[in-house]
Amino acid sequence: MNTQTKSFGQKLWTLIKDNPIVVMLVIACIPMCFVDNFATLDNLNDLATNTTIRFLIALGVSGCLITKGTDLSAGRQAALSATLTAVMVQAADYSGKLFKWMPEMNMWAVLLIVVAIGAVIGLCNGLIIAYLKVPPFIATLGIQTIVYGINLIYTNSQPIGGFSNGFNNFFRFKVLSETFANFRGFNFYIVFALFAGLIFWFIYNKTTHGKYMYAIGGNESAAEVSGVNVRGRLTAIYTTAGIMYAIAGWLMCGKSGGASASMGVSYELEAIAGCTIGGVSTTGGIGTVGGILVGVLVFELLKIILIFLGVNPNYNYIAQGLVVITAVALDIRKYVAKK
Amino acid sequence: MSEYRLEMRGVCKSFPGVKALDNARLCLRPGKVHALMGENGAGKSTLMKCMFGIYKMDEGEVYYEGQKVSIKDPLEALKMGIAMVHQELQPIPARTIGENIFLGRYPMKKLLGFIPVVDHKKMYEDTEILLKKVRMNFDPRQMLGELSVSQMQSVEIAKAVSANCKVLILDEPTSSLTANEVEALFRIIEDLKRDGVAIVYISHKMDEILRISDEVTIMRDGKYIGTWDAAGLTTDFIISKMVGRDLTNLYPERHNVPGEVVFEVENFSSINPKSFRNVSFQLRRGEILGVGGLVGAQRTELMEGLFGIRSHTTGSIKYMGKELNIRRPKDAIDNGIAMLTEDRRATGIMGVLSVADNVSVASLQQYLELGVMINDKKVENLVQENVKKMNIKTPSSKTQIKSLSGGNQQKVLIGRWLANSPDVLILDEPTRGIDVGAKYEIYCIIEELARAGKSIIMISSEMAELMGMSDRIMVMCDGRVTGFVDGRDATQEKLMELETQFV
Repeated sequence: MNTQTKSFGQKLWTLIKDNPIVVMLVIACIPMCFVDNFATLDNLNDLATNTTIRFLIALGVSGCLITKGTDLSAGRQAALSATLTAVMVQAADYSGKLFKWMPEMNMWAVLLIVVAIGAVIGLCNGLIIAYLKVPPFIATLGIQTIVYGINLIYTNSQPIGGFSNGFNNFFRFKVLSETFANFRGFNFYIVFALFAGLIFWFIYNKTTHGKYMYAIGGNESAAEVSGVNVRGRLTAIYTTAGIMYAIAGWLMCGKSGGASASMGVSYELEAIAGCTIGGVSTTGGIGTVGGILVGVLVFELLKIILIFLGVNPNYNYIAQGLVVITAVALDIRKYVAKK
Repeated sequence: MSEYRLEMRGVCKSFPGVKALDNARLCLRPGKVHALMGENGAGKSTLMKCMFGIYKMDEGEVYYEGQKVSIKDPLEALKMGIAMVHQELQPIPARTIGENIFLGRYPMKKLLGFIPVVDHKKMYEDTEILLKKVRMNFDPRQMLGELSVSQMQSVEIAKAVSANCKVLILDEPTSSLTANEVEALFRIIEDLKRDGVAIVYISHKMDEILRISDEVTIMRDGKYIGTWDAAGLTTDFIISKMVGRDLTNLYPERHNVPGEVVFEVENFSSINPKSFRNVSFQLRRGEILGVGGLVGAQRTELMEGLFGIRSHTTGSIKYMGKELNIRRPKDAIDNGIAMLTEDRRATGIMGVLSVADNVSVASLQQYLELGVMINDKKVENLVQENVKKMNIKTPSSKTQIKSLSGGNQQKVLIGRWLANSPDVLILDEPTRGIDVGAKYEIYCIIEELARAGKSIIMISSEMAELMGMSDRIMVMCDGRVTGFVDGRDATQEKLMELETQFV
């Protein structure tokens, strides 16, 4: 280590290099100062509701990423869960009901059912990866396509709407709406994100499952030698991921008031990108729940800002791509060892 | 014109926590075989990697045929005529022999006069000539993966020859070869000598060194000790220079007393017929059982078999008379067996995780509260206990383990296993790649454990270490146990004889 005093430029570079997430957030927030009516509570609610769904998916994917895997089936799984939810909560008297014989079901029972189905799909991913040793990229790519196929077939590629009042009302339910003038309140369902965040924080930091997950990501062979049931843990991680996508799908359905097989396209890529921006290492073993939240927030903030700035939404993708590459390029500086 | 083909002088290279090279020197003459010797960790491979441009040296000068040069990367080294056959070969098994040899410098031709394409015909013709030169009779279009390890090595040498190399580095070339294959290699080396190639030969095998080399340079702890003419050197002289100090002070005094037999292995065989077979041995309470053998004697494989990392077909493992059924590491751990694996980086540390995570991973169940929540305080206590007991140097328990030195990493890994209070500890090369000071500390830890009644199996490739630390030494050769020697009256010759029984 040289003892020379660093120039201001070097110091700034070190600061940027070590805190890419913060830099991203700052950059994302700059336009706020220039756009009127942006920093309002209603916009904050929009940000929160959008983030909720993406955050749940990102939490699911994060376990796969931390163990050096990935899950490309996330978006399609969420879409399947959304259409399944839609079918089951369609009002009994709705004229366009897809399955006429199906009773109008309680929304919480529906949540349990889609979670169970999500768990089974996640379990398939896990078993294929852990026991058949198919690389995660390929395994989940296959499942992604299969899930999409199932979704298209049973919905006849038709959008499904006409939900029961109970279901619609839950997603319209707002809290704190009286506290401020001109504020319509927070959508209640963002508590899903809060709960999920807390539970995942607990699992990742306080349980053997979390520690084993990081250990597998840090060095799978070493974990095996240390007595960790690597295959079992991986299966559990992909199953948990499936559950998270199912919950996200249930929310997606309620939020948009309708569902179709084409929902959730490339959500997995957004989730992976969000995780990566949030400091989840692509080489495994590193990642925190807080980081993932920030990563997802940066993404959603960026989208809202671009809309507010009146930018053609099609430019979104280019902006997102640039953000991901920049964030990871900065982040990787910390780990690139010099010879 | 200098009398040397290549000179390296005053070479220094530091890694975090270790000074790997300290004023090292090497001078190579054309047409001579120069043996580079030293204990593990003496810096031989590091020096070669500096020469070959894989590492950048901190200080030092390199002269090539009298000209001062600086070699920045392997490509530059190759262009200058320096070639290296690595300790671990790095071939591409799914491509042909010819493609492997000409990788990165394929002969080209112009299709239709302007489209550059690889000239396969010329490549395979040239390969055939090269293969003849290294006395190999193979189809150049054969997949490299179909060859044996020694044949791949010959291909590597052919590759070096094809680059018209003037300096050839052979890093432990015979470690995985049979006696016949070694003879073939020596014939190739004689051919190359006649062509005026300067050869660096790194090996631990004394008989080979004394037979093949013209000059010998000895290194110790990264330092240059001296260069001698090979003619007239004796094994004893070389060892004394390599070790460089009184052997008795290298190891702690031992007070452990072996008790009754606690661990028994009978007729243990691998599912791979070429690996360990029909192995039987007993281990006593408080005993240190050394396991010696050449590389390829299947010692590591045997221990991994006992620990459930590898599968076995026949044989029984008994602890205190009770038969154990070990199918995976967890079974072994649950039965009080621990294993410090050979390759610290591949199967030991979880590099990016903290010291605390690394030390606690095998014993997490112990720190649980209410059955689900890990008590961080208990983990921290475990870390501090180990730091104190084994003198682990780490900035904090949150430090990533990869930033510690090899010796400290090893201590953390020993701590990982001790947290489970095992009764039988298998240590596979516990001091590999560790500097001398830390080595002594690890020996002390091992002795203390044995004194506390733990039974220890220690694989080591350093004879001095085996003789200095073991109550008994089990010697293996070619997957079989060839004999047991009492630690107190073991000699190099006796061990070597057993180690090479089937070679």
